[in-house]
Amino acid sequence: MSNKEVAISVKNIHKNFILSQHKHTSLKQVAVNIVQKNNTTTQKVLDGVSFDIHKGDFFGIVGRNGSGKSTLLKLIAGVYSPTTGSVELNGGLTPFIELGVGFNPELSGRDNVFLNGALLGYTRKQMEAMYDDIVEFAEIEEHMDKKLKNYSSGMQVRLAFSIAIKAKNDILIFDEVLAVGDEAFQRKCMAVFREYKKNKQTVVLVTHSMENVTTLCNRALMLEDGKIVTIGDVKKVAEAYQKSNIPANSTADKSPGQNLIKISGNKNAYEIGDTMKLSLSWPTSQNISWAGVSISSVNGEHLFNTNTGTTNIEGDSIDYEVELSLGPGEYQLAASIKDVDGNFVESRDKIATFSIYDDYSTTVGGLARMKYRYTIPKKK
Amino acid sequence: MRYLHTRNRAILSEMIRTDFKVRYQGSVLGYLWAILKPLFMFAVLYILFVYIAPIGKSVPHYGISLLLGIVFWNFFSEATMIGATSVVAHGELIRKISIPRYLVVLASSASAMINLGLSMVVVLIFAAFNGVFPSISWLLIPIVILEFYVFTLGIAFALSALFVKFRDITYIWEVFLQAGFYASMVIIPLTAVPEKLRDWFFINPIVQILQDARALLIPSGNNLTIWNSGATLAVKLAPLALITVVCLFGFLYFKSRSKYFAEEV
Repeated sequence: MSNKEVAISVKNIHKNFILSQHKHTSLKQVAVNIVQKNNTTTQKVLDGVSFDIHKGDFFGIVGRNGSGKSTLLKLIAGVYSPTTGSVELNGGLTPFIELGVGFNPELSGRDNVFLNGALLGYTRKQMEAMYDDIVEFAEIEEHMDKKLKNYSSGMQVRLAFSIAIKAKNDILIFDEVLAVGDEAFQRKCMAVFREYKKNKQTVVLVTHSMENVTTLCNRALMLEDGKIVTIGDVKKVAEAYQKSNIPANSTADKSPGQNLIKISGNKNAYEIGDTMKLSLSWPTSQNISWAGVSISSVNGEHLFNTNTGTTNIEGDSIDYEVELSLGPGEYQLAASIKDVDGNFVESRDKIATFSIYDDYSTTVGGLARMKYRYTIPKKK
Repeated sequence: MRYLHTRNRAILSEMIRTDFKVRYQGSVLGYLWAILKPLFMFAVLYILFVYIAPIGKSVPHYGISLLLGIVFWNFFSEATMIGATSVVAHGELIRKISIPRYLVVLASSASAMINLGLSMVVVLIFAAFNGVFPSISWLLIPIVILEFYVFTLGIAFALSALFVKFRDITYIWEVFLQAGFYASMVIIPLTAVPEKLRDWFFINPIVQILQDARALLIPSGNNLTIWNSGATLAVKLAPLALITVVCLFGFLYFKSRSKYFAEEV
């Protein structure tokens, strides 16, 4: 594929966890388990995962909860050993998965910096040289002699992150670290990560934020049930992840009304600009002569509606085709029907929901997708 | 390789520092307790066995012998008990970072070792007050302590790895320690044991270690050691052989289990 040097090579990794129904943590249970065997179930967490990460890659790992991301990361970091398969590392790796590992609540912030630093591979002397930088970045100068247990969780995280970014190694790995801190601190973290990217630092990042994947990573993979479903291009991975997150059934409201209107033909998700086709139907006995549909955002902002006006419906259904000039996001559909006397027979606010896939455009945004063009006149 | 070396050393020293800082936090006397604990026990046992049931009365410098025994035994029970729970107690660390697992056990034994060092200073001061004069043989005591430390580590490694899967092990070990206290001749002088049975006691490495340490500390005390007891060569080598076996088992078992600690702990 490319002739770049490989930093991490994951070769056909399988990881099983043996789960015993009753975890035999006492001798009595061990004895019981010996007598009545097969008290265990094997859980396949990773099922034949292979990929390479090259030097200078900013590699993203995404997947829904329970897909095996963290297990994969722990295997790369050497915390777990694979059931079969191997991980080959070319270069030193900072075995840092989470922030603040080893933090001791009974110690002062200052002592924790040194403790955490040692786990990162620094001697006390080296840490002393970095100490002021760390404290300054964390913005908690005045609290360093307080015990860690008296810190707010935000302060703890800031301190942990400030130490973690001091790590210098061929390969850095991070699990969900960007989801922490307030907005100002997150901006600071992003700046650090952008710096990594610029300097071609090899980074492996597990995240749920597709924005981070598409803006930071140059390659990514998505795991599902312990297998790689998509690998490579970050936009493709982000789209795959997004699709996996859309609920299998659209969550129409279960209002206690009569639910006369039936909807069919619609999909759960569309690409931007797709045409949504759907049919509404109702029992013939209702003498319906008018129908209307509307689209609103999940926040209830009304975006679009249409109705049959004075056209008289005589059948028991109506078909729609709507070109969705909408931006990425979640939307809901409402429908209502009136009888020949002009009275509302039924009005349903949320007969269906649908999503518009994100195209990760960095130049177009908003709920509506409008036709536009711009020209830039030449400077005279 | 060198990098790994300094890195592990840095981790070890920070863990020991943490342990020491946290242990006596909030107590008024702090580290003093490390010395006071064996001293109180010594006071009780001394009164008991010198005045009430005077088995130690005929033994020269029985008080020093007893204090040394208590200090050694304290080290042994503390290092093995804390060592046994060390892997589980540091589960958080083990689940999240791939530091060498043995560091956790080493760090836990270090605080017991520091206590032993502090207590030994007290023992030496007591000895001086008791008319035992500093002797050149004192310089050999660290070698005996080293042997003791290696033996203790072997047990701590085995127990800590076992404890990950079988949480009963600490209760079993506690019972074992209680019996061991009496079997290790901490209180009762070995001379009080019938001659025929002495060989059996000497197989216990702690008896060999303790008697050697007593002989080195009190050269004038005519202490019975495995070397001067007239035991056969087989008995003479038994404690060392036992230590070797325990350590080999401990280290190898720990090594083979340690790669699963992260998921089992």
